[in-house]
Amino acid sequence: MTTDLEPKTDKTQSAPAELETREMMLNIGPAHPAMHGIIRIVAKLDGEKIQSAEVEIGYLHRAFEKMAETVDYNGVIPYTDRLNYCSPVINNMGYCMAVEKLLGIEVPERCHYVRVILSEISRISDHLTCVGASAMELGAFSVFLYMIKAREYLWELVEKVTGARLTVTYCRVGGVKADLPDDFAEPCAKAFEETRKVIDEVHGLLTRNRIFVDRMSGTGVISQEDAISYGITGPFLRSTGVEYDVRKDCPYAVYDRLPFDVPVGSRGDNMDRYLVRMEEMEQSMRIVEAALRDMPGGPVLVNPETGRAIPAAEMVDLAKVGNIAAISGACAKIGPTLEGSEKAVHASIAADEKRAFLPPKEDTYGNIEGLMHHFKLVMLGHGVRPPQGEVYFPVEGANGELGFYVVSDGSGSAYRVRVRPPCFAIMSALPKLLVGGMMADMVPTFGSVNMIGGELDR
Amino acid sequence: MNTSLIELVKERFPTAASSSHTYRGDETVVLRRELLLEVARFLKEDPALQMNFLMDLTAVDYSTFGKSPSPAFFASSGVAVSPSSQIPDKDPWPGPPAEARFAVVYHFYSLKHKHRLRLVVPLNETDLEVDTLTSLWAGANWLEREVWDMFGIRFRGHPDLTRILMYEEFEGHPLRKDYPVNKRQPLIGPVN
Amino acid sequence: MFDSFLTSRLDAALGWARKYSIFQYPFVTACCGMEYMATACAHYDIDRFGAGLPRFSPRQADVLFVVGTISHKLAPALKRIHDQMAEPKWVVAFGVCTCTGGFYDNYATVMGIDTFMPVDVYIPGCPPRPEMVLDGLMKLQNKIQDQHTTGRRAAAESRPDNLEL
Ligand code: SF4
Repeated sequence: MTTDLEPKTDKTQSAPAELETREMMLNIGPAHPAMHGIIRIVAKLDGEKIQSAEVEIGYLHRAFEKMAETVDYNGVIPYTDRLNYCSPVINNMGYCMAVEKLLGIEVPERCHYVRVILSEISRISDHLTCVGASAMELGAFSVFLYMIKAREYLWELVEKVTGARLTVTYCRVGGVKADLPDDFAEPCAKAFEETRKVIDEVHGLLTRNRIFVDRMSGTGVISQEDAISYGITGPFLRSTGVEYDVRKDCPYAVYDRLPFDVPVGSRGDNMDRYLVRMEEMEQSMRIVEAALRDMPGGPVLVNPETGRAIPAAEMVDLAKVGNIAAISGACAKIGPTLEGSEKAVHASIAADEKRAFLPPKEDTYGNIEGLMHHFKLVMLGHGVRPPQGEVYFPVEGANGELGFYVVSDGSGSAYRVRVRPPCFAIMSALPKLLVGGMMADMVPTFGSVNMIGGELDR
Repeated sequence: MNTSLIELVKERFPTAASSSHTYRGDETVVLRRELLLEVARFLKEDPALQMNFLMDLTAVDYSTFGKSPSPAFFASSGVAVSPSSQIPDKDPWPGPPAEARFAVVYHFYSLKHKHRLRLVVPLNETDLEVDTLTSLWAGANWLEREVWDMFGIRFRGHPDLTRILMYEEFEGHPLRKDYPVNKRQPLIGPVN
Repeated sequence: MFDSFLTSRLDAALGWARKYSIFQYPFVTACCGMEYMATACAHYDIDRFGAGLPRFSPRQADVLFVVGTISHKLAPALKRIHDQMAEPKWVVAFGVCTCTGGFYDNYATVMGIDTFMPVDVYIPGCPPRPEMVLDGLMKLQNKIQDQHTTGRRAAAESRPDNLEL
């Protein structure tokens, strides 16, 4: 995909010889309006041209990797939310799948679908944020407002499923917290309709907008070889024409069964990255729609034998006095935070692996085995305990390959958790992208990097 | 892909690998550090391998491996939560590198052949230095700086081995196991 | 007597004017920034409260929104920005990370920004929902309303003791 609009100005024009020019050092950041994120760039300028740039990161280092060693395996999941906080479910999923690989367990198919649906929704909201914020930095403020509006619809969707808007902590080792709610397909279709409208609007506002195209196309160019050498993946790499997408090339979960295309650019500039992201949103919606159609059990798990519903507290009381007859076969009416994890759906969202996943609430409340099972799994040191070993598991994050490298020493907490943060590689190439360009090109280039501090500095 | 990557590496460098394994499908070669640069170049350039991506570069401090007290558990509860032999595992994990405190871990990926390989280079605490890969992959630059910052492992020939995530005034290397998790070294404000 | 009547009326008028023309400086570092964006945009529309215009220069702002985790590496920059703001100024700690450090109790993060600068309103939550942010903003507005003409804080005792550090 390319546009036929070429920049009119010659960006390599140099100053007339008689003008006296001096080198200037310009410090940008750590807090700067044109940077949605905390980094510092020290640029050496010749007039308006960037001669060299030094990038300083680490301002949001929160010791994710160290914290992950101090909590149990499930306790790491909230920390993974806050790595790439624009698309938390993808992080959740990557981490959980890495630990599942280490444990050697496989989650049920429906659970895979649920994870895929939620992570694609996060991917859309990530791209919306990225495109919106970088457009805003170029002065297109209304695009930002529209895109955040669309994101808000998606977040409502996410909230319906997970109970939280942003930091969802949705996946668990060996499953997900809860199944999709009863009425998911319909609001999902509505939210996508709104999102499509916004994307169309943005196409109308930006894609052929002279100012926007002039600033985006031909700036921040990187070649295929350089991109690979820097280890760049994701939309950034695809904008150069390399068709690498973990979902296609090393398929995980059920991506090999879902229909989607991988959009690629050809010139590796900001414009292509913008177009790739815009197209990816459409593809993600396609994935979700197909997944909702194909998932076993349908969008709402039809379950024939739901027993009588008893309020959870009552169930506990009956179990305490040993009135097993009254509660056998019954299903617990549980609070809104746990909805979707009833016994009837439990088997379809959690791996059949008692050593990893909590029992359904009916068992926890209703019998002593279930109670002990639950109790032991949540006790520090008794929970998930993978055998000694090391694994690496990559998933396609919104910015590229998001890999988790987990080492276990057989105890209750991970010995080492390492994230391969996709935007780390891109940021390390930032000086290369900036040098030779104009000062003003820095803004769109930095915007298209989609730097996410939580993931970059961890 | 018929022959395993491990075989290819071993064939070309019979003395380089001290051991190798395929645990959970991840092919791993444990390497003597002297040959790292050559093996890496071979991985990158050999037509059968063509590992053009250096996906990840990190390190592990194995000094407390297996030393965290294994909590007692009630075998009678009916819930087996300890590591179990029931988990299928063809090629067992050989354990951490013997007699080496640190291990530098490289993950490579080939765009063409779509395969991955992990290299592990064990390092003794007395001599924490390994060759840099910046001449082969530009992306190694920051990754190596991060390993230096977090673990204090030096990379011979690195153009600018300085801290990247922490600040210059910071003392110690926080991801080492002997660095307490909440030992703060603030630039301003009280210590806690 | 007439004097004090006049000044107190003036105080009230000034407080009223100030509280509905908040120029904020969003110091956005991390995940909370996403919710900050959500609050500022169309759905929740912080503009209804007279705080719609972020100024990206500390010299022109009068409320500092500290949004997201502050690490030790970043703390001096934040302090400097706070020092650059002209009086009267207020600080909002947005999210538990800025209030207490949140669940990042480790070598890298500051355990609450009030260890090195004064804070007027704390908005807990990880991240706080936009409704909470708006609630916090209204609390701040009440506080601003009570300000003295000279901009001295009514509640000086809320400052921590170790400000000199
Ligand atoms: S309070 Fe929570 S959401 Fe906000 S910055 Fe801290 S970790 Fe992120």
